[in-house]
Amino acid sequence: MSDRTARALVLALAILLVAGLVLPKWAISLAIISLGKGLVVLGMMLLMRTGLVSFGQGLYYAVGAYAVGILNQVYKFSDAMLMVAAGALAAALIALVLGALLAGYRAIFFAMLTLAFSMILYGLLVKSSALGSTDGFNVDARTLAGIPMGGGASYTLYAFASIAAFLGAWGLHRYQGSLLGRIAPAIRDNELRVEYLGASVRAVVLLNYVIAAVLSGAGGAIVALAVGHIDPEMAYWTTSGEFVFVAILAGTGSVAAPFLGSALFEAIRTVAYQYSPYTWQMVLGAAMLAVIMFLPSGLWSLFERRRARP
Amino acid sequence: MAILEARNLVKRFGAVAAADGISFAIEPDSVVGLIGANGAGKTTFINMATGYLKPDSGAIFYQGAEITPLAPRAITHRGICRSFQVPQLFLSLTVRENLLVSAGIAVRHGAGGRIEAQVADSLERFALAAYADKLAGVLPEGIRKLLDIAMALAARPKVLLLDEPTSGVSAEEKFGVMDTVMQAVRPQGVTVLFVEHDMEIVERYGERVLAFYEGRIIADGAPRQVLENPEVREFVVGEHAAH
Repeated sequence: MSDRTARALVLALAILLVAGLVLPKWAISLAIISLGKGLVVLGMMLLMRTGLVSFGQGLYYAVGAYAVGILNQVYKFSDAMLMVAAGALAAALIALVLGALLAGYRAIFFAMLTLAFSMILYGLLVKSSALGSTDGFNVDARTLAGIPMGGGASYTLYAFASIAAFLGAWGLHRYQGSLLGRIAPAIRDNELRVEYLGASVRAVVLLNYVIAAVLSGAGGAIVALAVGHIDPEMAYWTTSGEFVFVAILAGTGSVAAPFLGSALFEAIRTVAYQYSPYTWQMVLGAAMLAVIMFLPSGLWSLFERRRARP
Repeated sequence: MAILEARNLVKRFGAVAAADGISFAIEPDSVVGLIGANGAGKTTFINMATGYLKPDSGAIFYQGAEITPLAPRAITHRGICRSFQVPQLFLSLTVRENLLVSAGIAVRHGAGGRIEAQVADSLERFALAAYADKLAGVLPEGIRKLLDIAMALAARPKVLLLDEPTSGVSAEEKFGVMDTVMQAVRPQGVTVLFVEHDMEIVERYGERVLAFYEGRIIADGAPRQVLENPEVREFVVGEHAAH
């Protein structure tokens, strides 16, 4: 790994793995959820670089989680790695179908259609008693690639989530440096010119949509394993809105930004809920306003400014 | 065989005929100027030849094969590329990144060569090296025009359509822009069609000129011959004949 971002990601992974050995259980749990949701926001970041905002990423987040739930409860699978891989695969397959339709839409039409699809899934889950209806159901992984692990937020799951987040961020970093990755901001700027240069905008949009779905599916599966419970709220529009919130909070300047934003979001929410249980949303709203007013390019712009300073 | 041929093209926008039975053929390795007043149908022809607009009737042929129904992307792959009156750039990317995207797409679709080598070559041939790390959104107009054309050339076309390559460029810069473009494309044997309102440019760089008026071609020939045509002088150049 020769470039600076890759080295920083390796360092971040090492710090995470070491820190996990001394962190209390509640912090481990919070960190796994942040890493899982960070993966979803990482996918959102790719879509935003392509000029698209999805208000329905909760769909794939829920698909990943429910793939874990179904494999665990119905088919009695208990290996975390296998179930997360299945969650990502299920999300990819659904994204291939829905993405073929969505790739022709832009701006508010794309955003609203993604929202509509996620709400359709929410409706199906709520009405499906076989999948636990509004209550959802519990999930429990006992092994990770054959290695025994404790249920819920164990260090093993934390380490796995850290490695998954590292691989997601590093993979996306590599992708962004490739030709297809470079076409994404070109599409955002001027898709007519991209077509005139000979590339298929539709194909690139579909590919990025599927990648975002895979990351969301994996993220949903990891969060499901950490929380030990899944329910239809994961597909609800407020969950998707939360991912948009974190993406704006974090900014799109680096593949590390979604994880930083996600961790900060979870920390603010936890503290706000503890001290102000009835008005915690107001605290989040104020945080968002502050970011939009003082850091319009997101939290990551703080690091970019520092780097740009002579 | 003609490299590009239009046969009886008709295109109407409501009551306005932007193309009203246009027919002509372009020989390979030639430089052809398209002149005409605003609304005469020059850009409409470029838009039809590159697949952005479909004619109401008639057909366009490239190396003897019909390209009328093809999408812009497919026409680019065949070997026809274009630049734009208002440069179509990726404004949030640097000049180098704009060229990386265009060269990358071209190489991926079989243009051959290495992407980085192509970018370095474009930066040098179009005198863009000094701007390589500047965002396209902050470039002066003349440099934007050059970048726009350099991007079109990345796919190594056999036919290059330039839509007003010197519009918005200062009088001092216009010959510099055209000289740079011609030095870049002519050694490669690229056939060039350029739309232009500046008759000095047309006379200096065109080997043949087509004059458009209300969707028709009213004169076709050597630059001097076309520019001295009374109809062209009245309807295109704007000099009214003495009565």
